[in-house]
Amino acid sequence: MLKKSVGLVGSSLLLFGLAACGGGGSDSGSGSENEGSSGGSGEGGSDAEVEIFSWWTGAGEEDGLMALIDMFEEEHPDISVENAAVAGGAGTNAKAVLATRMQGDDPPSTFQVHGGAELNDSWVAADKMEPLNDFYEEEELNDKFPEELVDMVSSDGDIYSVPVNIHRGNVMFYNMEVFEENDIEPPSDIDEFFEVAEELEAAGVTPLAMGDKESWPATQIYENLLLANLGPEDYEALWEGEVGFDDERVATATEQFGQMLEYVNEDHASRNWQDSAQMVADGEAAMINMGDWAKGYFVNDLGLEVNEGFGYTPFPGTSEEFMVITDTFGLPKGVENPEQVKEFLSVLGSKEGQDTFNPLKGSIPARVDADESKYDEYGQDTMEDFQETSLTPSLAHGSAASEGFVTKANQAVNIFVTQGDEEKLMESMQTALDEEQQ
Amino acid sequence: MADEVIDKAAAKDRVKRKKAVKDRWWAVAFIAPSFLLVAVFVYGFIGWTGYVSLSNWNSLTPDFSFAGLANYIYLFQDFRFQADLRNTLFFTLLFIGFVIVSGLGLAVLIDQKLKAETLFRNIFLFPMALSFVVTGVVWQWLLNPSTGYNTFLAFFGIQPLWYTDTTILGGFQWGSIEFGLPVAIIALVIAAVWQMTGFSLAMYLAGLRGIPEELREAARVDGASEWKVYMKVVIPLLLPITVSVVIIMAHISLKIFDLVYAMTGSGANFVTDVPGVYMFETTFRANYYANGAAIAMVMLILVAVFIVPYLLANRRREG
Repeated sequence: MLKKSVGLVGSSLLLFGLAACGGGGSDSGSGSENEGSSGGSGEGGSDAEVEIFSWWTGAGEEDGLMALIDMFEEEHPDISVENAAVAGGAGTNAKAVLATRMQGDDPPSTFQVHGGAELNDSWVAADKMEPLNDFYEEEELNDKFPEELVDMVSSDGDIYSVPVNIHRGNVMFYNMEVFEENDIEPPSDIDEFFEVAEELEAAGVTPLAMGDKESWPATQIYENLLLANLGPEDYEALWEGEVGFDDERVATATEQFGQMLEYVNEDHASRNWQDSAQMVADGEAAMINMGDWAKGYFVNDLGLEVNEGFGYTPFPGTSEEFMVITDTFGLPKGVENPEQVKEFLSVLGSKEGQDTFNPLKGSIPARVDADESKYDEYGQDTMEDFQETSLTPSLAHGSAASEGFVTKANQAVNIFVTQGDEEKLMESMQTALDEEQQ
Repeated sequence: MADEVIDKAAAKDRVKRKKAVKDRWWAVAFIAPSFLLVAVFVYGFIGWTGYVSLSNWNSLTPDFSFAGLANYIYLFQDFRFQADLRNTLFFTLLFIGFVIVSGLGLAVLIDQKLKAETLFRNIFLFPMALSFVVTGVVWQWLLNPSTGYNTFLAFFGIQPLWYTDTTILGGFQWGSIEFGLPVAIIALVIAAVWQMTGFSLAMYLAGLRGIPEELREAARVDGASEWKVYMKVVIPLLLPITVSVVIIMAHISLKIFDLVYAMTGSGANFVTDVPGVYMFETTFRANYYANGAAIAMVMLILVAVFIVPYLLANRRREG
């Protein structure tokens, strides 16, 4: 009997313990060490901490974040920073953790979020963000970013986040050696793409590498084709519901999408974007459409050099446009120490901050007045394009439409990649868009 | 004298009864915390999930207005969910079948009084010590169309596409999907069987050791061949073990998430997608909380179909 009672006590204690751990774990995340080190003061002066939530754990981007944190801590020795990064490509895991925390009224001090719908249709619409208009005034940030970019982080005239970096989604990276050997030039429009692809295939090279184990790289190709056919204004109107998926130009884009998929590697469904980018680096494939984080992968992970190991050109037919993926940071409602979080946002938005972070991450700064000399050849080219071309929001990365629609679009694209039914793809997209706009 | 004895006995009895009552209170006191925790954190949240699945909460802003069965109707019309149910059905059938056959086969082999029995037992049990995530990552490369086993199979001129194969064997149009065996599922089955065979092996080995040697002897004396001894005596006696293995494997297979998520993802045309992965993406990526809750409820019902009859049968046997 005694043994049994002891066992019961033990197991109920264990249950309690587990429950307690569960609660504590989700609160503090990976930063429990930091909390430990701040010791006793943590209780009373817990406001002296800023928790930064992101999915920057890869080579380059983590270095960038660390450099930024170091810079902040040097300026503000009294505020400690907790790096609450959650690993996982394109932030898929981080977004799940963030959604749970936000729903549980336990927001991080500030978090990474793509400008556009991912910010506006989700967190701003759910009334979880503080407007930053005054902050922009104080920091004199209003004219430091392109207007189209500030629009992406604004909703009903209020600004909700600070853009840190810019990635471009409509880039075609290619293997220079393969192109030289076959004596061809990278394609500048869609017709040229198909000509080049034919030639490459005849030469025994996979023309286009794709890794759609997760669907977004395929969706990315589709959005770039839509942009090429519709032009920047109607491309945006498409996501607003003002241009329908029954538009002739959409049909053309969809047809081209199907044709393009005929030139991709057969094992595309088993590869993620890095694995497919590696095909280009190794010369197995000639080209890949990928956001320019692929440049970071080529340079940092594979040790290639810009314009030697790999070349780049805008996605065929979109040289006048810039598909923007911007990481931004905002101020959630319910944060205990908004003033200190703003201190961090101020570093994040400063010229020095952006010029510290971006060269390491391999992106370009969101500010227009950054120091060009700190960036490589690719960065300088892209910074120029950023100021001269029209900026358009990316669907695949959540800037053009809500996460719900993006998920459904990815599903429709996934089915299309196998079945190739153009009508069905356009129909599913239109249905999903209609449902979203209700 | 006699009275005294009776009095003493009665007094003892009273003390005993008092102690029994006291013990019962202690028992209740000790069980209460875990009972409450389970009631709230298991059954309470199942109820909550059921409630959410009937609501309109399909964005980041909670909306508990009553939606009826709208979320369920959406699911059963959805290409992806139909594909998930098909995949789960075939995965479960193949997975349980192979786990039973290979587990029993290995258990019989090990039961032959091998010299290195412990060594083999440990080798076969070892995969069980890994998590499905590890298994998934390893088999993702082994069954990759361009690396792994295919570099070896290339000598024979065979290059299976494994989990990237979008063929549906014996497929016919049913609802919005093609119903049949998705070839890609086989890759998942191989990985899952590799991991879980050790479990059924251990169960069957224990079962085999529990069968008295006399029964086999008797059959042999009656002139039964070794094959017949197994078919007519040993395997029928192992039936309760088989039932337990089926139940345990079925609940693993119906709820599977980690293996698929780590190894193949949803797959092209959703040939390797399962409800668990769909639920995760719907809830946490698309923020369709009510839809996600509906998927969870369907999964619960599927598991309950297996588990509840088993629990009832167990109760009857014990009662």
